[in-house]
Amino acid sequence: MYPEDYRYSTEHEWAKRENGRVRVGITRFAADRLTDVVYVELPQVGSEVRFMQPFGVVESVKAASELYAPVSGRVVEVNERLRDHPELVNEDPHGEGWMIVVEATDPSELDRLMDAQAYRQHIGEA
Amino acid sequence: MRYIPTTPEEREYMLRLIGVRSVEDLFADVPDSVRLRRPLRLRPALSDPEVLRYLGALANRNAHADRLTCFVGAGAYDHFVPPAVWQLVGRGEFLTAYTPYQAEIMQGELQATYEYQTMVCELLGMEVANASMYDGASALGEAAVMARDLTKRDRVVVSRAVHPEYRQVLRTYTEPLGIRVVELPHEAGTTPPGPRELNGRTAAVVVQHPNFFGCLEDVRGWAEAAHGAGALLVVACSDPLAFGLLEPPGALGADIIAAEGQPLGNPLNFGGPYLGIIATRQEFVRRMPGRLVGATVDRHGRRGFVLTLQTREQHIRREKATSNICTNEALNALAAAVYLSLLGPQGVRQVAELCLRKADYLKSRVAELPGFQLPFRAPTFHEFVVRTPRPAEALVRALIREGFLAGLPLGRFYRGMRDCLLVAVTETRTREEMDRFVEALERACRRGRQAVGGRVL
Amino acid sequence: MRDFPLIFEQSVSGRRGFGLPDPDVPARPLEELVPQQALRRRPPALPEVSELDVVRHYTRLSHRNFSIDEGFYPLGSCTMKYNPKLHEEVARLPGFARLHPYTPEELAQGALQLLWELGEELRELAGMDAVTFQPAAGAHGELVGLLVIRAYFASRGEKRTRVIVPDSAHGTNPATAAMVGYEVVTVRSDARGNLDLVALEEHLDERTAAVMLTNPNTLGLFEEQVDRIAERVHAAGAQMYLDGANFNAMVGITRPGDQGFDVMHMNLHKTFSTPHGGGGPGAGVVAVKSHLEPFLPVPVVVREGDRYRLDFDRPQSVGRVRAFYGNFANLVRAYAYLRTVGAEGLRAVAEHAVLHANYLRVRLAPYYEIPYDRICKHEFVASGVRQKRRDGVTTRDIAKRLLDYGFHAPTVYFPLIVEEAIMIEPTETESLQTLDAFVDAMVAIDRECQEDPEKVRTAPHTTAVGRLDEVRAARSPDLRWKPA
Ligand SMILES: Cc1ncc(COP(=O)(O)O)c(C=O)c1O
Repeated sequence: MYPEDYRYSTEHEWAKRENGRVRVGITRFAADRLTDVVYVELPQVGSEVRFMQPFGVVESVKAASELYAPVSGRVVEVNERLRDHPELVNEDPHGEGWMIVVEATDPSELDRLMDAQAYRQHIGEA
Repeated sequence: MRYIPTTPEEREYMLRLIGVRSVEDLFADVPDSVRLRRPLRLRPALSDPEVLRYLGALANRNAHADRLTCFVGAGAYDHFVPPAVWQLVGRGEFLTAYTPYQAEIMQGELQATYEYQTMVCELLGMEVANASMYDGASALGEAAVMARDLTKRDRVVVSRAVHPEYRQVLRTYTEPLGIRVVELPHEAGTTPPGPRELNGRTAAVVVQHPNFFGCLEDVRGWAEAAHGAGALLVVACSDPLAFGLLEPPGALGADIIAAEGQPLGNPLNFGGPYLGIIATRQEFVRRMPGRLVGATVDRHGRRGFVLTLQTREQHIRREKATSNICTNEALNALAAAVYLSLLGPQGVRQVAELCLRKADYLKSRVAELPGFQLPFRAPTFHEFVVRTPRPAEALVRALIREGFLAGLPLGRFYRGMRDCLLVAVTETRTREEMDRFVEALERACRRGRQAVGGRVL
Repeated sequence: MRDFPLIFEQSVSGRRGFGLPDPDVPARPLEELVPQQALRRRPPALPEVSELDVVRHYTRLSHRNFSIDEGFYPLGSCTMKYNPKLHEEVARLPGFARLHPYTPEELAQGALQLLWELGEELRELAGMDAVTFQPAAGAHGELVGLLVIRAYFASRGEKRTRVIVPDSAHGTNPATAAMVGYEVVTVRSDARGNLDLVALEEHLDERTAAVMLTNPNTLGLFEEQVDRIAERVHAAGAQMYLDGANFNAMVGITRPGDQGFDVMHMNLHKTFSTPHGGGGPGAGVVAVKSHLEPFLPVPVVVREGDRYRLDFDRPQSVGRVRAFYGNFANLVRAYAYLRTVGAEGLRAVAEHAVLHANYLRVRLAPYYEIPYDRICKHEFVASGVRQKRRDGVTTRDIAKRLLDYGFHAPTVYFPLIVEEAIMIEPTETESLQTLDAFVDAMVAIDRECQEDPEKVRTAPHTTAVGRLDEVRAARSPDLRWKPA
């Protein structure tokens, strides 16, 4: 359920290393808890994000949650499909439902996040 | 108390069931130190007929628009309200409901609001309108904050030909947020567009159209100037009926419109409740304050309506909400929807044209009076400024004795305009009333001139 | 089944529903009056319908609405009490409804006297020294209250940056604090449902401008330590703000001014029975202690001898939060209410509001979890957790099922600190028989949750439309009808 090669934040974001860059999304646990995602507000390509600072918002009908960057750096890609298909976050949170790709300034920040097993424990699914 | 149905026996029964001996026990958690140990000192209670008589007497002491022929506007207009409007809106089903939280039993309110949003968009030439704000002035305050959020800039430039009370509200809403408000002078009644005062920190330019003096502004020119500086154009408006005839701000490049909807079927009410309208472009909808109704389907596939995009609102987003507004002016919005349904496209055009023509008639007649002048040459809609031979305050007082509410003396808001009167004419004024008004003005000034020699005004 | 038609879908080109006069002034060409390019090019796509079409359409829509006039409306925190018809009649007297706001003061003495007298009554009720009528609703009153507090500190050269709100607070409280530029600090409630005094003290310091409390709070419980809270808050140099949404439980029993509050708003559409209008208009009056009076918005109604006047000359005022003076028609209704009810009546209002709420609480306790099960004030918060865990039925489902029984649902999922919250406020104007019928429905639904949960999960079944797809509405917003 939670890919072993991803890193996980306490705020339920995942981070996946892709040769120097980091792809970011929210976990299945977070997506399920939000219920049907209706809107995702994402930064523009080129903007800067900071480690564990908000970079966007994900919304369901009755709730809005901030998204926290699991790594600092510049946004180089944004998942434009989410604009018309926010349901991808529910359907495939760890894949098609990704949110941004970051050119990390300090990839070692990822070491401060949890691995899959620690995350499963964190959410009580271990 | 006549609105409490509970009898003494029922009261005893309930207390017993709750397991307390007296009502006093139900307040045991209120510390003694804060209890009120004496009866409230209020005026004595009255019977129903007495209430009607007492408040009726207070009402009678007011010179309302059926007593004095009304030529004052300035943000509140004496348009004709078809009786059907409030006979429908006043139905208990609308009047005594609340915010449509339970959509399945509130389709009436929700659908009417959706229709209202559509009508407002049509009238103003805009893409989205919300379910209502408190009034035009507070809608403008919120529009400025919205512009700041959208542009991430902190400076608002506002024309001095925007209603002075709206400008005051704008300042109250923006000042605590560190938004700087800069005022643009008007020149001969309008605000000529230009890059003056616009810079890289300007979030919005605010003009009113038609403006406070009744003059038409160059909205398109302002849209270009604002957009050229990366700012938004916010257009305020105190009578949307103008756009039955005039090209609406949405079609002229406005980004946000903040308007007063009182003229759309709502009574004068000594200033409220009125109807705040806010409308904007689709792309800005998520920064919009207030409730929005959207269409959807039910579980059987039938069309239905719900409150939507609620994550903008205080009950979900709390301190990050786009506004704190909760209770709005839904009933006044409903009145606007009924009113606009009755008028239709031809009706709004006809009302607007009547206002324009009648105002023009009065304006020309007044301009011919000795000592009266039109200080501004710009085209006007249903309101205009006239320079009077006597201080406008005194003139207004003199005209009251003749049965007229002559207009708003502008000295109240603008230094150097003590001899200026703002006069409004709606479709409800007749030629005969206007002719009598002109005669009365003339008389008052003749008398005034005589008086100047002796006792001052 | 066909969709219920929109007014636009009934439009027939050329049909009209108005009777306007012909122009009685010379018909000059329009272009001489306004430049051609200022004229509208495309008429608005408003419906073209007859007056009868309009009357039928909106009458039919009214049949698709639930209201106090139709049935029990136990919407917690909203005080959905009966709105007397007498007050409607009074508010519509031409002397009020047809009065222009710029009528010279000497010709609006009746209106100003009414405001003055209403203000006197409300000051006495609140135990406060001065009022403003400007706010159009409770949240607008919160805005005024915090602006006044901010101006007060500014006048003393103090810069305070934070506002403390309990975790049980209504969303308007933190939203308002943010609008006034304050940082919001949230403080938890204690196990009894009161504000946690220890937690409060941890956060109180020289940065605190105000503590916003609701009393009785949103759990329907009286803040038992309100006097001690006020002491601590004042000791820290901060101001006490009361969200007076729940004033109905207190009128004539205890006064906010005596509890230590410096400023409060009242929702006249709650305690003072002005109708809610399908979401508004309301009216919020803000009352303050004398040290805050100089900062109230302009204008303020003053009396001089037997004359009444609007005072604009208040150099320390926070300014205006709206045009003109307030939601006057609702102020008229509220005053009519006060005069009908009187001092004894008001006390009876509070007593019966509280009696009725406790009656419902005790009757429902065997069936629904009541997390803070003690004497409540005018409302209480139950929870659907039992039904959720046991039957897989949520509070939302229960609320929807109540609609089938002919009741409006209580407020649900608020306050946020109670899981599956069901917030019930019966008000003083409901009869024992109505309360019993509501209990019967709630009990029947609890049984259904166990015996036929699917029926509850798919409710409502008897309403004009079934449960609506809110996800679809939010994912692809359709906010207006578009001409084909
Ligand atoms: C506790 C509480 N505070 C504040 C408000 C806001 O009041 P209003 O809706 O009149 O703006 C409400 C009501 O909705 C409320 O219940």
